[in-house]
Amino acid sequence: MIRANLKALMTTDHAAPENLEVTPLHALHIELGAKMVPFAGYDMPVQYKDGVLTEHLHTRAAAGLFDVSHMGQAFLVGPDHATVSAALEALVPGDIAGLTPGAIRYTLLLNDKGGIRDDLMVTRTTRDGTLFIIVNAACKHQDFAHIEANLPAGVKLNRIEDRALIALQGPKAVEVLTRFAPAVKDMDFMTSRDMDVAGIPCYVSRSGYTGEDGNEISVPADKVVELSKKLLAEAEVKPIGLGARDSLRLEAGLCLYGHDIDETTTPIEGGLGWAIGKRRRAEANFPGASIIMAQIADGVSRKRVGILPDGKAPARDHTEVVDASGKVIGEITSGSYGPTVGGPIAMGYVETAFAKVGTDVELMVRGKGRPAKIVALPFVEKRFHRPATK
Amino acid sequence: MSEIRFTDQHEWVRVEGNTATIGITDYAQEQLGDVVYVELPEVGKAMAAGDEAAVVESVKAASEVYAPVSGEVVEVNADLEGAPGGVNEDAMGRGWFVKIKLSDTSELAKLMDEDAYKAFLEGLA
Repeated sequence: MIRANLKALMTTDHAAPENLEVTPLHALHIELGAKMVPFAGYDMPVQYKDGVLTEHLHTRAAAGLFDVSHMGQAFLVGPDHATVSAALEALVPGDIAGLTPGAIRYTLLLNDKGGIRDDLMVTRTTRDGTLFIIVNAACKHQDFAHIEANLPAGVKLNRIEDRALIALQGPKAVEVLTRFAPAVKDMDFMTSRDMDVAGIPCYVSRSGYTGEDGNEISVPADKVVELSKKLLAEAEVKPIGLGARDSLRLEAGLCLYGHDIDETTTPIEGGLGWAIGKRRRAEANFPGASIIMAQIADGVSRKRVGILPDGKAPARDHTEVVDASGKVIGEITSGSYGPTVGGPIAMGYVETAFAKVGTDVELMVRGKGRPAKIVALPFVEKRFHRPATK
Repeated sequence: MSEIRFTDQHEWVRVEGNTATIGITDYAQEQLGDVVYVELPEVGKAMAAGDEAAVVESVKAASEVYAPVSGEVVEVNADLEGAPGGVNEDAMGRGWFVKIKLSDTSELAKLMDEDAYKAFLEGLA
């Protein structure tokens, strides 16, 4: 057994393999007993001693600390917000101009065919003319090159190389972080503030990738070990690896770039039409706008959906989805075991005729068709912190 | 008298008379992490050494368990269907996968004995 799969899990050497980069928390991961794997060119913890299942459930019950320093952080800087937001809006379909200071928006870098080059978080900082962006690790070099190649005079992309990024996620996350930074308590979901955390100057956002409430913290690289150790010393906090990060985001119905969305999928096919701002639709001036606007008007031939296998067998990425006659109607793009759900869960693309919630389909797992249903996403209720009424 | 043999893919086979019980080693379960699903063959299925005997899945990935020896499946561990974590808790005991009736006992000689497997594991570390 295990020829292919275990090889990837076996790297427990203290030194990272030569061809891999490390984050400033690498030595701490080893100290905490992490199993390290290559991910997006980095030597990263896939799990710690407790294992994926326990780490997942702990995050849903209390608070989990994730190292996401491999992700790309940068400032986009121009003379004022109007100029810098217009520069970014040329590449994404989100309403960036309309962001208030401190507000965060999820948006997409698009190609000329309306395909997704990457998904990213954009924050309008409190410094006029400065956007803070966070992109996926695997895409960061091409993203930054692409953005730079398309900037007007007077707008600059400044890569942030001296900051790490950690996420504290779970129902107890905000309570824990509030002990080190009282102002965190009053933040709304999808907002960001500069503040000291345990006396360290950080950019703190209330956001995440688990379906839980929590924060992401951009922290000076030389202080991230100190801050992480302080957070881990709190009773509610355990370190969580990439394995649980993946099962948590899948249960929350969130896309993983390169799996659920990529250059061949559009935001409309991917169920991300909500990320296209109202004003942007009216202006239709983002990359691939003619294709995307036609899809909004006329519909799409395939859609991203939630898929719930009836039995206990997980259906993994690239599993074929077939109809009752055995005709291939789609493919799973993320498939795993959902620890909170207590069974297999998946998402993928199916032909639009089969995309309705409740539709019966079959999944071809090891040559056998296995019954499954199209279901609404997410698999677990999101517990983001929203303002009551404003 | 029973004797136990190992493969370099981390399966074990325990032989009593001409019945072989097959499972994965403690090292394998440790590397896989939490087992959440086990798929077992039909009783009566004939398999050759190297054929897929079962599938074991962790949260992250599916792995095949290959038959270390040839024979016919005479029993499967149905307990694992409801409680796949048994593989993690007792890989060398209650976490067994299938029992097969050996068709060629000479195949056992090609597998590692306990000392050889221990040495093999040390070589991996």
